[in-house]
Amino acid sequence: MALETAPPPTRAGASSTGRSGPGLDRAARWARRAPLLPALIFTIIVTQLPFLATLGISFLRWNLSDPDDRGFAGLDNYAAVFSDPALRDSVVNTVVLTAVVVVVSLVLGLGLALLLDQRFFGRGAVRTMLIAPFLVVPVAAALLWKHALFNPEFGLLNGGLTWLGGVFGFDAPQPEWISDMPLTAVIVSLVWQWTPFMMLILLAGLQSRPMDVVEAAAIDGATGFQVFRHLTFPHLRRYLELGGLLGSIYIVQNFDAVFTITGASLEAANLPYQIYQTFYKAQDYGRASAAGVVVVVGSIIIATFALRTVSSLFKAEEGR
Amino acid sequence: MSTTTAEPAARANPTRRAWRPWGVIAWASALVFAAPVLWMVLTSLHSEPDAATNPPSLLAPLTLDGYADFFGGIGGAGPWPPLVNSFSASIGSTVIVLLLAIPAAYALSIKPVERWTDVLFFFLSTKMLPVVAGLLPIYLVAQFSGMLDNISFLTLLYTSMNLPIAVWLMRSFLAEVPREILEAAAIDGAGLITTLRRVVAPIAMPGIAATALICFIFSWNELLFARVLTGVVAGTAPVYLTGFVTSQGLFLAKVCAAAVVVSLPVLIAGFAAQDKLVQGLSLGAVK
Repeated sequence: MALETAPPPTRAGASSTGRSGPGLDRAARWARRAPLLPALIFTIIVTQLPFLATLGISFLRWNLSDPDDRGFAGLDNYAAVFSDPALRDSVVNTVVLTAVVVVVSLVLGLGLALLLDQRFFGRGAVRTMLIAPFLVVPVAAALLWKHALFNPEFGLLNGGLTWLGGVFGFDAPQPEWISDMPLTAVIVSLVWQWTPFMMLILLAGLQSRPMDVVEAAAIDGATGFQVFRHLTFPHLRRYLELGGLLGSIYIVQNFDAVFTITGASLEAANLPYQIYQTFYKAQDYGRASAAGVVVVVGSIIIATFALRTVSSLFKAEEGR
Repeated sequence: MSTTTAEPAARANPTRRAWRPWGVIAWASALVFAAPVLWMVLTSLHSEPDAATNPPSLLAPLTLDGYADFFGGIGGAGPWPPLVNSFSASIGSTVIVLLLAIPAAYALSIKPVERWTDVLFFFLSTKMLPVVAGLLPIYLVAQFSGMLDNISFLTLLYTSMNLPIAVWLMRSFLAEVPREILEAAAIDGAGLITTLRRVVAPIAMPGIAATALICFIFSWNELLFARVLTGVVAGTAPVYLTGFVTSQGLFLAKVCAAAVVVSLPVLIAGFAAQDKLVQGLSLGAVK
């Protein structure tokens, strides 16, 4: 079935998009679009309309506990969002939580990726064990940390301290991990879950290094550190950015761990949990929506950078 | 795993080959990271009194009581309805996602529409908007249309949550289908559906399977929508797990058994899709 007139060996897009203008008539263009439309229309309806509605509601006075007092509120909800100390705290918590989890898991993930890039006995098993934390359902992971590890009476952490105290003969401290340091507790559990994600992305980056250059440098007498500093790290930069940005997008939105581990205490509440509380428990729809819009604006800032990074990786990929 | 162990010898870095300690450090870190998972499994196999000792009793006798307890249910309501709900929402949404994403990916790679990169990046941008900001209107729509606590509504939301990921992934897989085969099919007069079913699907099957597994994992894990939009009837497994948030008495073995049971499908799907996991999580940006 091979064709005699071999098609030009161009990439997917380039060969047939071309200048679709004059060559294709209207019907042909719509025939091309048809397979795309169901997915596109569905996505627009389900993901874009709710945000427009949220934007609208954010300007309304609408609290279920006071149903008669509904009306246009102007910027009152936004003023309330920015002056409410609980919401301000949740903004700070969100920033701290996201930044610390992303940076720490990137650093740990880089270390683990560099280790996994070496050759040693049982590398496949080590890789599998390192991925496992990422494959525990988030709520289950949060419950595991809350009850089986952080629990002050019989959690593994304090149990381990008691055991060490017994062995080395000291009076083991038994901290109340979650009530003493709720935000740190959430951060630790999330770092544990997200380090494998960073490791996988960075490992993919390491394994896409042009090895001939690295070998040439080694032959020329470059030390391991010099190779890392001048060859590996610059190559990994894009992957570090990608991991950091994707991680930020997922972790800014974290609900499961904060909800499960810190429970009813709002001390470590981040924005998603705070909004959930405002809308679900306090039923102040106007204010919850205003907070939602604030989160969207924050996300758009991160997303702009993320899209730029993905786009540069994408172009590099397509250009090959 | 087999793919990572089989390495061409050329990849070994001559300057580092002598460094044996790397293996030891790697094994030690792997044990630290896997310890909570191993502890979860071990605790789920202990009796409640053995699970709640300080210092921990590693060598206590094993029992399945924790699992028996879990399947006995919290206060009468057993875990089967939530597990069935999770399976139907995850599998249902994954099927719809594939039905929508494969033709869309076709129109973004094999026979691309004009400005296809813009469309592709539009899909990606929807993943970057926080779910929580659209939650209230979605809740109101569900309430208004009587779809609260309805698993079909949740299935549709999971579809929209995973569709952008699937479009990106499927596009990167379809772009690998050889052009010659497609043109041969076109000359033989194959239409869109026939081309997709007879030509594209068999070649892209591994990619489709990986996409399906990743969509399944994301739907299975989801908590926020499920927590807000479902109740006693359509509650999913993660919602059921939130019943364990506040501790009452000795229940550690039961909690761990619950965590193991609910995580099991994700662990299986995740290890099955291991090689494509990065590609999926990075929306196809990393191969």
